[in-house]
Amino acid sequence: MSATTSVGIPRWIYVPAAVGALFIVLPLVALASRVEWSHFFSLITSDSSVAALKLSLRTSALSTLLCILFGVPMAIVLARTSFRGQSILRSLVLLPLVLPPVVGGIALLYTFGRKGLLGHTLDVLGIQIAFSTTAVVLAQAFVAMPFMVVSLEGTLRAAGQRYEVVAATLGARPTTVLRRVTLPLVLPGLAAGAILAFARSLGEFGATITFAGSLQGVTRTLPLEIYLQREGDPNAAVALSLVLVVVAVLVIGLVRRPRGGQL
Amino acid sequence: MKRLFGILAAGLLLTAVAACGSSSDSSDGAATVPPRLKLTVFAAASLKGTFTEIGKQFEATHKGVTVTFNFAGSADLVAQIQQGAPADVFASADTKNMDKATSDNLISGTPVNFAKNTLEIATPPDNPAHITSLADLAKPGVKVVLCAIEVPCGSAAHAIEDATGVKIKPVSEEQAVTDVLGKVTSGEADAGLVYVTDVKGAGASVHGVTFPESTKAINTYPIAALAGSKHASAAAAFAAYVAGAKGQAVLAAAGFAKP
Repeated sequence: MSATTSVGIPRWIYVPAAVGALFIVLPLVALASRVEWSHFFSLITSDSSVAALKLSLRTSALSTLLCILFGVPMAIVLARTSFRGQSILRSLVLLPLVLPPVVGGIALLYTFGRKGLLGHTLDVLGIQIAFSTTAVVLAQAFVAMPFMVVSLEGTLRAAGQRYEVVAATLGARPTTVLRRVTLPLVLPGLAAGAILAFARSLGEFGATITFAGSLQGVTRTLPLEIYLQREGDPNAAVALSLVLVVVAVLVIGLVRRPRGGQL
Repeated sequence: MKRLFGILAAGLLLTAVAACGSSSDSSDGAATVPPRLKLTVFAAASLKGTFTEIGKQFEATHKGVTVTFNFAGSADLVAQIQQGAPADVFASADTKNMDKATSDNLISGTPVNFAKNTLEIATPPDNPAHITSLADLAKPGVKVVLCAIEVPCGSAAHAIEDATGVKIKPVSEEQAVTDVLGKVTSGEADAGLVYVTDVKGAGASVHGVTFPESTKAINTYPIAALAGSKHASAAAAFAAYVAGAKGQAVLAAAGFAKP
């Protein structure tokens, strides 16, 4: 990998590279140029904005926790075992990455909704998910889970099993090996996966609006608030968009650090 | 990876070619006898069914004209027109958004009101919460979905609440009337406030409950040809067709009231 630096790259490649970079950076500049700075703080500190930001941070933290609780074991199973149908299972688990979030929302609706697959069971247990903050967390976890699985599975495969084998031959039980060797070894990958999952949760829109609805302080996260504000107060929508951009930039900064700038 | 790149490149090329195709299309309009004139109509989402039908009729009676539509929320459409979207006609679901376009000098002539719409309660077909009146929506435990106040159906719902004193506590305030309808047809919500035309359009998938207080908020739909149109006469003809007898017949069949 490090050998490539001495070879150099063809000069013409800078042209399409620059166009690509401009394509991504220019809209962000355009967005920033539309912000009414004189009202910026009053726009982003309005009741509805603050409620949306708080809700977004809370639900994204919870969905990231779900991704860690269930995504890490999934990544370990996918990376360290082999069984029949594993590649199909992997494709299915990664599906939310490429699926339009609206489709995810509809699928969740027919699973956890009142008339859904589990709806009746949940109803009997007195659990109502539709229109609740729980629905937001589920929608976010659904779309963010693959980020955790992909990130960690890659790290697990790259790390190899040498140390795990050594630990096992020294008499460590599988759980001890996992806890003392594997997890510390792949911690950067796990952290990167968690941060990516958090970022994806923060930006979740389609599945949330389809599955959870939109009510201030309950289900209306920051992206939903931005989408709604466009109708009433476009300036507020622009200001809030910039807030999300800043949060996204911070998140990318966090991801780059633990992996030494590899991502 | 290489293959993926190839597919992406091919896709980009196709889009570029398509873009060239459409731009040369509009410059053809300058010729003496335009072989095919493309009229772009920006219409409120609630007009999708009726305007698609009216568009077909218009094409049949106006040889050489193709009508294409952009259906979206009225506020979105105004924003797009303000940003220079190539539209010939604008039909709004409320006068507020048409006023925005008028005050920005985007309209040619004066807008004509062509339809009216009122709200109706929609429930799932079995009406699980036994809704029979507007007051039933305020009962505790009833899951009601409304439009957010920022969009026309939401401000109409709000006006009715204000006029009647019935305070509804919705479980969700949706972005568009179609989202409200979706929550009702899927059975997630017990009831929603949508337009009369939405209930009619949804057929057997919802049960409609009319309420006398709905007259407290009536949405008026205006239509106008746009100042930026390259096909001014065809644009004006389409607006007149909607407001005329043929257009009115289609609108009335869908449940719209006369303006």
